[in-house]
Amino acid sequence: MESSKVIHAFYTDDEVLLDAVKTVKAAHHHIEEVFCPFPVHGLDKAMGLAPTRLAITAFMYGITGLGFAIWMTNYMMIDNWPQDIGGKPSFSWVENMPAFVPIMFELTVFFAAHLMVITFYMRSRIWPFKDAENPDPRTTDDHFLMEIPVHNNEAELTSLLSETGAVEINVVDKH
Amino acid sequence: MYQFSGRLKTLSLALIVLGFVGMAFSFYNSSQLSLEDAKHAIEAANSDAHGGTHGEVASPHAAEASHDTHVVKTDKQAHAAMIHASEDHDTSHGDEHATHVLHQLQNRPWSAFYVALFFSLGLTLLVLTFYAIQRVAQVGWSVVILRVMEAITANLLPVSIIMIVVLAASVMHINHLFPWMAEGVFDPESDKYDAIIDGKSMWMNSTGFMLRSIAYLVIWNAYRFLIRKGSIKEDTSNDGNKTYKKNYNMSVIFLFLFMITESMMSWDWIMGLDPHWFSTLFGWYVLATLLVSALTVIAFVTIYLRSKNALPGINDSHIHDLAKFMFGFSVFWTYLWFSQFMLIWYADIPEETTYFVARFTEYKLPFLGMVVMNFVFPILLLINSDFKSKPWFVFIGGAVILMGHYVDVFVMIMPSTVGAQWSFGIPELSAIFFFVGLFIYTTFSAFAKANPITKGNPFLKESEHFHYYNIEHTGEGSGDHH
Repeated sequence: MESSKVIHAFYTDDEVLLDAVKTVKAAHHHIEEVFCPFPVHGLDKAMGLAPTRLAITAFMYGITGLGFAIWMTNYMMIDNWPQDIGGKPSFSWVENMPAFVPIMFELTVFFAAHLMVITFYMRSRIWPFKDAENPDPRTTDDHFLMEIPVHNNEAELTSLLSETGAVEINVVDKH
Repeated sequence: MYQFSGRLKTLSLALIVLGFVGMAFSFYNSSQLSLEDAKHAIEAANSDAHGGTHGEVASPHAAEASHDTHVVKTDKQAHAAMIHASEDHDTSHGDEHATHVLHQLQNRPWSAFYVALFFSLGLTLLVLTFYAIQRVAQVGWSVVILRVMEAITANLLPVSIIMIVVLAASVMHINHLFPWMAEGVFDPESDKYDAIIDGKSMWMNSTGFMLRSIAYLVIWNAYRFLIRKGSIKEDTSNDGNKTYKKNYNMSVIFLFLFMITESMMSWDWIMGLDPHWFSTLFGWYVLATLLVSALTVIAFVTIYLRSKNALPGINDSHIHDLAKFMFGFSVFWTYLWFSQFMLIWYADIPEETTYFVARFTEYKLPFLGMVVMNFVFPILLLINSDFKSKPWFVFIGGAVILMGHYVDVFVMIMPSTVGAQWSFGIPELSAIFFFVGLFIYTTFSAFAKANPITKGNPFLKESEHFHYYNIEHTGEGSGDHH
């Protein structure tokens, strides 16, 4: 099957990879995926990916955490078991608010951080016991891999990629 | 080479002269004050109670106040009741209160000058510290603006000299900023004897105070003098980074001494205004205030010089980084401000809460207003990554941050020196004008004296190529992206 054929181009330097991505994009080829051993700044932009919406989810999770902290402190310290906080038995959430600020801060951070990481895993389709998707184990060590689908233009792509400084170019059948 | 333009020089000199004349006028005015004026001020405060906040509280008690002076009241109402009572029964007590208010009124031009002086000295010092940090951490991105920071620190010497003069005037009883310097405080025979202050006499004595103050200023100015010399030498030395390493070593020593002297300086010069009160994180709190202001000032001078094409090699990423620091340290300031408040609020110990009681009653608007200016505003304006590289946004955010931190220093100093007799007028504005003028003059004449770029710095290339991956530089395509 011709359409499931892909080219795997290997690089050993993130700067070379970034330039290669730009060259391939400039020649109007679609890049399916790039596998990196570490995050490369500016790669998403060079590949033309839409900006991440993770920051927006982080904000919403943070607000959720803040809301939860307000509810929790009110329930625990004011409602369910009213407490005399710092010798000021006002039994009002607002008047004791300074004492709850650290809790509100911590839970905001806690919710934002943990839920954002979980969201990121889900969005990247990574969950426990899942088999790795990266096509070559070297991308977890010191190699970068660019995957480009082939549409009857194998020779053209191969020559283009070899000019960009790829250290290895393989054409493989993707199952 | 940058040339200090005639127009800017005229502006700075005009500000200095204007400030000087305004200060002279304020000092003359305060020297003419009499007990009568103080009594007028007390009556004015009673009838008007400084804005709406007290008026509301005052009204229900107004009727009772004359016959029941034990009702819990705010400070000012207590004063009012005391004066009313004393006018009927005991005139000598009323005079005593009026003398106290008179001293506060006479303190006002000194305090106004001291606020602006401390702010100017402090932020210049923190620019010097930030500069030393760049050297010690061998920071790459900031190399093209090292000379900007160096130029700003030229302001350190004149303000240090003025500081010594003002502190010497305090010690010589020419002004009454520091209550512990008053006659008889350490004398058990005197009716002004203060056992709490006497217990701190190991630290709080005029000789030690003066010696320490001179030591701080000498240490800071010595580093500024040596590093400026070393930095200019670095440009042409070409000695395999030997000068660079020497400058590095000097900066390490300075940072060590700075951390000690900065804390002690904040105890002596600010906390000493309130000699009964103490806070263990006060040094940090003052540091945060001054550091945010210092970064804002660096950003301002950088943006100005860039607009005059006087800074080769600078790009949007440098502005972006400065704005990130402004944003980050605004949050840091808020963290310390709140930490100090929360612990004192929680423990609720009378000798600690006095600090906040004074600020929540007589200084409510500036005290809470500055939290909005120093926290809420920078958060909203500078959280967006794109905004941080736009000079306009950095300028607006920075202007609010600088005003907010001036108010912060104002609220640190004024409640203990002038109490309820504060306002913002000719003395405060003149002092600001004077120090802004001095700042502009010293900074830009120093910048014109040296190469705008530290050519000999081994990290210069890194700084010139600095590009934060997430922003587009103006006037460049996304092609040159590294």
